[in-house]
Amino acid sequence: MNDLSVAKSVMNAVPVSLPEKISIRDLKFYYGSNLALKGITLPLYANHVTAFIGPSGCGKSTLLRVLNRMYDLYPGQRAEGQVLLDGANVLDPGLDLNLLRARVGMVFQKPTPFPMTIYENIAFGVRLYESLSKSDMDQRVQSSLERAALWPEVKDKLQANGLSLSGGQQQRLCIARTVAIKPEVILFDEPCSALDPISTAKIEELIEELKTDYTIAIVTHNMQQASRVSDYTAFMYLGELVEFGETTATFTAPRQSRTQDYITGRFG
Amino acid sequence: MPQHTVASFDQDLKKLSGLVIDMGKLVGTQLNHTLSAMRKHDVTVAESVIGGDARIDAQCAEIESLVVSFIAKRQPVAIDLREIISTLKISTDLERAGDLAKSTAKRLVTIGGDAKLSGVAASFSTLGERVEEQLANVMTAYANRDDKLALEVWAGDVDIDMLHTSLFRELLTYMMEDPRHIGYCAHLMFCAKNLERIGDHATNIAESVHYIITGQLISVERPKGQSDSGI
Repeated sequence: MNDLSVAKSVMNAVPVSLPEKISIRDLKFYYGSNLALKGITLPLYANHVTAFIGPSGCGKSTLLRVLNRMYDLYPGQRAEGQVLLDGANVLDPGLDLNLLRARVGMVFQKPTPFPMTIYENIAFGVRLYESLSKSDMDQRVQSSLERAALWPEVKDKLQANGLSLSGGQQQRLCIARTVAIKPEVILFDEPCSALDPISTAKIEELIEELKTDYTIAIVTHNMQQASRVSDYTAFMYLGELVEFGETTATFTAPRQSRTQDYITGRFG
Repeated sequence: MPQHTVASFDQDLKKLSGLVIDMGKLVGTQLNHTLSAMRKHDVTVAESVIGGDARIDAQCAEIESLVVSFIAKRQPVAIDLREIISTLKISTDLERAGDLAKSTAKRLVTIGGDAKLSGVAASFSTLGERVEEQLANVMTAYANRDDKLALEVWAGDVDIDMLHTSLFRELLTYMMEDPRHIGYCAHLMFCAKNLERIGDHATNIAESVHYIITGQLISVERPKGQSDSGI
């Protein structure tokens, strides 16, 4: 941890030195004049999963949307502070957003496959960044679907429409699509909230596997899911970071009473 | 602590805690009767202790079953998780303490109502009272979530270790003085060891109470009494 990292009072069993893929420093975020994030300082450790938890409106999805500048799509929203991706500030106005979003991919709450074939769902994004031969593209489509644990289920129907898949399959297709452009960080915004338990288990298994290659942040309302999939947990409340630490410590002995009240269901 | 959003969650926790407290009282009574049987050489009381252990076992089984269903239904975390895991551990410690009281009572029945060696009665009484006190205090610490008292119990086991060692030596002396005492004294040595073990279970419970309250395990080595007898 360096001196600009998380304030000691909110840290719970945080290791001394892990490489930070993303360093969020004193991040403030405004919806118009409304301050939604009140100075968040938080590391996202490389090749680890960090979960953002907290009640609705606490700013966790906002924080996720800052990390790849999704908020830029909306007028009147702005961020202050620093979000350092490998040391470079992603809030820099001169940054190439397409390139940023290729490095920091995102999977949304509801599966959002494109209304095109399964093959094209993957190939479409890859073509924006790379020019691959037919056989290389075939290979990339296959490896991405394999990475997302979807290949065995769709290998014989790559030309079927992506929307013809089940919800859980569609979500894995979206993950395959994200993985295909070889990002460094993947952001999951409640990726399982619309899925049944088996599909949820598959996505969770996938997140566990993906962290060997990627740095992952996940927003979830499901406490058990946060405790299962993440290495680190950040508990946020009313735009502030209340507690950040190792997930095991957070779920067995949280330091802050607000964290304890929330995760045990005693909030408010 | 604020109430749980789901009222039945708190009710279940309260029920479990109540069962553990009741179980502690049952074990306390069993221990008290065992010591009384020892003091008065009363085989009838000792037999009632042997018969009474089944109630403790049943209480332990009920707690275990409730804990399993609580975990399955509610997936507790943080203080609730510590509480529920500790409930399971404490009930096991109490069940073992109950077994040790029963085992002592069995030996008292075996050696019968002989009033031989009244000399060790005072030492047994001192050891027994100290063990009873430790058990009562740790259950109070559990009921009141009193970390200070729990730590006192934890540190206080050293007295029991010393009393046990001293009683062990005393019994050894009697055996050396007159070989006819060997059988009788051997039984009493096991009785003394049983009491000392009940004290150990009280310290285990103290550790669980400390964990419930603080979320921390006691990592330092517990102070031990003098034990040159290798016991």
